[in-house]
Amino acid sequence: MNAVAQYNFAYLDEQTKRMIRRAILKAIAIPGYQVPFSSREMPMPYGWGTGGVQVTASIIGPDDVLKVIDQGADDTTNAVSIRAFFAKVAQVATTTHTAEATIIQTRHRIPEKKLGAGQILVYQVPIPEPLRFLEPRETETRKMHALEEYGLMHVKLYEDIARHGRIATTYAYPVKVEGRYVMDPSPTPKFDNPKMHMSEALQLFGAGREHRIYAVPPHTQVVSLDFEDHPFAIQHFEQPCALCGAEQVYLDEVILDDQGGHMYVCSDTDNCEERRAAGHVGTLGVAQEAAE
Amino acid sequence: MSQDMSMQEPLLKVDNLTKYYGSRLGCADVSFELWPGEVLAIVGESGSGKTTLLNSLSATLEPTSGQTHYRMRDGAWRNIYDLSEAERRFLVRTDWGFVHQNPADGLRMTVSAGANVGERLMAVGDRHYGHIRETALDWLGRVEIAADRIDDQPRSFSGGMRQRLQIARNLVTGPRLVFMDEPTGGLDVSVQARLLDLLRGLVGELGLAAIVVTHDLAVARLLSHRMMVMKDGHVIEAGLTDRVLDDPREPYTQLLVSSILQV
Amino acid sequence: MYVAVKGGEAAIANAHALLADRRRGDRSVPGLRLDQIVEQLGLAVDRTMGEGSLYDTELAALALLQARGDLIEAIFLVRAYRTTLPRFGYSQPIDTGAMLIERRISATFKDLPGGQLLGPTFDYTHRLLDASLVGGTVPAPLTRPAEVEAAPRVTDLLGRQGLMEPDGDTDPDAEVGDLTREPLDFPLNRDLRLQALARGDEGFLLALAYSTQRGYGRSHPFVGEIRIGEVDVEFDVPELGFAVNLGRIRVTECQMVNQFKGSAKLAPQFTRGYGLVFGQAERKAMAMSLVDRALRAREFGEDLVAPAQDEEFVIAHCDNVQATGFVEHLKLPHYVDFQAELDMIRRMRAEHEAAELKEAAE
Repeated sequence: MNAVAQYNFAYLDEQTKRMIRRAILKAIAIPGYQVPFSSREMPMPYGWGTGGVQVTASIIGPDDVLKVIDQGADDTTNAVSIRAFFAKVAQVATTTHTAEATIIQTRHRIPEKKLGAGQILVYQVPIPEPLRFLEPRETETRKMHALEEYGLMHVKLYEDIARHGRIATTYAYPVKVEGRYVMDPSPTPKFDNPKMHMSEALQLFGAGREHRIYAVPPHTQVVSLDFEDHPFAIQHFEQPCALCGAEQVYLDEVILDDQGGHMYVCSDTDNCEERRAAGHVGTLGVAQEAAE
Repeated sequence: MSQDMSMQEPLLKVDNLTKYYGSRLGCADVSFELWPGEVLAIVGESGSGKTTLLNSLSATLEPTSGQTHYRMRDGAWRNIYDLSEAERRFLVRTDWGFVHQNPADGLRMTVSAGANVGERLMAVGDRHYGHIRETALDWLGRVEIAADRIDDQPRSFSGGMRQRLQIARNLVTGPRLVFMDEPTGGLDVSVQARLLDLLRGLVGELGLAAIVVTHDLAVARLLSHRMMVMKDGHVIEAGLTDRVLDDPREPYTQLLVSSILQV
Repeated sequence: MYVAVKGGEAAIANAHALLADRRRGDRSVPGLRLDQIVEQLGLAVDRTMGEGSLYDTELAALALLQARGDLIEAIFLVRAYRTTLPRFGYSQPIDTGAMLIERRISATFKDLPGGQLLGPTFDYTHRLLDASLVGGTVPAPLTRPAEVEAAPRVTDLLGRQGLMEPDGDTDPDAEVGDLTREPLDFPLNRDLRLQALARGDEGFLLALAYSTQRGYGRSHPFVGEIRIGEVDVEFDVPELGFAVNLGRIRVTECQMVNQFKGSAKLAPQFTRGYGLVFGQAERKAMAMSLVDRALRAREFGEDLVAPAQDEEFVIAHCDNVQATGFVEHLKLPHYVDFQAELDMIRRMRAEHEAAELKEAAE
């Protein structure tokens, strides 16, 4: 048995990184446009963030500080696994603090804390094509994007209102980028859509299995699709976080017993911890003496 | 309502349109002009080349030779085969209509009737749900579909209803030219009659120009001002509909006319 | 009192340890060696190499061991390893005509030059479980000196009589695509399609092939030839100016002879379906050749009526590493999006109830 392969910095070979960076640059030059790239097989399965991992692996350098979240939390199993992967193959510093990170790889949430210039948010994307479930053929959706034919997207929204009285899409809510391309923001809840608009950070989107990369450069218009008389609106939670009392943040429902008892806590664990460390206490929380 | 200001100029000019499938002839050397508000029937038996001609005229097929010039809304004459794909798709969605023989080919079957009618409006930028729905309701009324079916899918419609929905879907953006491929094909006789009545009314009311392909001379009689008779890919006779049907000159036309069963 | 749960890292470490324990199993039972897997589970090794797209029997055996016998997991391991390997270039096309044949059969002719060689096939075994295989001895097979009779390919024999369509009309100088280097862009050319099928999931392709035989896109197939054996792999080294022989690999090749096509201009000829896989993998090669032919429907002006003829459908879904990744990813936490749906459905139900109450009151 030969010796096991030596891995390049951040796992990918330099040729591959170069190819992915070229795709990223093209994506930045055309905000919201899906750039095809030759996705590599990674040591984690397709569907588990290989697109995001390839993007991160192509841009990360030894001085970067990496944060990885899944469902908003640093401690979910897949986030732990990806963070450990980069610690092993890139030996970069990692953090759970949003403000300290230079690269944040995320699945399904945007951090509550506003991101700043110099930060990069890398989204893991399962299905990059916003029209996919309306039109399964790739040959047809490519044409629709090229010709800016998005009537079908609005048909879907119309149907929602006709059927449910409102637009029923609650996550992966389609947006128009810089007035041109319709984009799928990845399965983030629509609650997070406004955070993409005119952000100071660079937003990169990687879909490994579907071989697509797209991007929203800093200070770009990102507008959620809607009708004039049915404007886009985000979710509202009736109560604040039970642990830290935060309002206007996305909350997770935790089931406490089988009698229907439940509570709501911050999805963004870093934000919650920070608030608790600063002395904020929710109705079911305990005052903390020091940050963990 | 599409009011065409310039009634002096034709809307469509066709010059020696020819289409070959490999070595097999589809249609040859077809030339004519179509005027705003005029309905032209292309009549023939199956294999006559009428469907090939219709598909070539509507730019669904690329002809082997010949030109088709269309007068755009801004008055400019364009050869439709020179249009970019984007321009052609836009034209098809706004200024033209195409009514397919099988309504399922011209509808989105898994989307509500209202959305089917409203899609073209949304495609050209209408972003007011209330307005789109109102317009859809209005059109459903015009094609005699009950208002309470607006949220139903065409899958639950009868053949005649589907066809009427297809017509509404095509007319909502006020096109000036509508292509129809056997619009009453496959429908019961009584349903056909009702549909033809509706079409005649709408065409007259909206001043539509139309090219209707049919093998049914009765459809030609009811709907069209002029007709062309095709056989083996060639136009063998053309003229005012009443004249051609009452006084056919070509032996083949005479044969066609005399073989209509008098019901 | 609820405490925010931490410990994902510890949980993962423990899960890995438990997995390692299960993988090894009862410690009193001797551990498997790689050579046992290579020798005695050869067809699993072959499938792992074929769909893993990497020819290395030992690595495939290791992958199977690490995957506890789960073939798709093993294939995934091999593919991931493949990604890390340096690429030197492309070999010369292998010449299956010069194969060292172990098995060679044709259903289209009773006898032909080179003969019908059954080889090590399951075909005529009776499927009766045989306990004597365990710990029993198997006598060495009889041998005789090789009488190497030339075995020309059946498709070449038919081709010489003009009965078989030529093997593609691609310009010999055209660049062959490489689906590991470029994202797939539909519609595809045949080279990329065949690459995708060669590494495609055997079960999926088998089902699609079966469907073509049952009326979902029929092509009247005959097995022109199946041959299994070793071929040389030669690599052009520009610095040396000649090709270097890197060794031999075993492959399975299937040439399907399908419905003849002709027209007024062109005299009729049989059409082809092609299958080629690493190792001994006859079922896969045959399925691949049937699906290849089905996907050529457009070339022959055939109506596209069946799933096996739908290029986007077949090629987008035949890679089992992609498929398992996406299907299994549903296990990952999705509670944030689920929360959004819960919120929506609760609101809608509340409105519904309010409306009902209002109606009841009126």
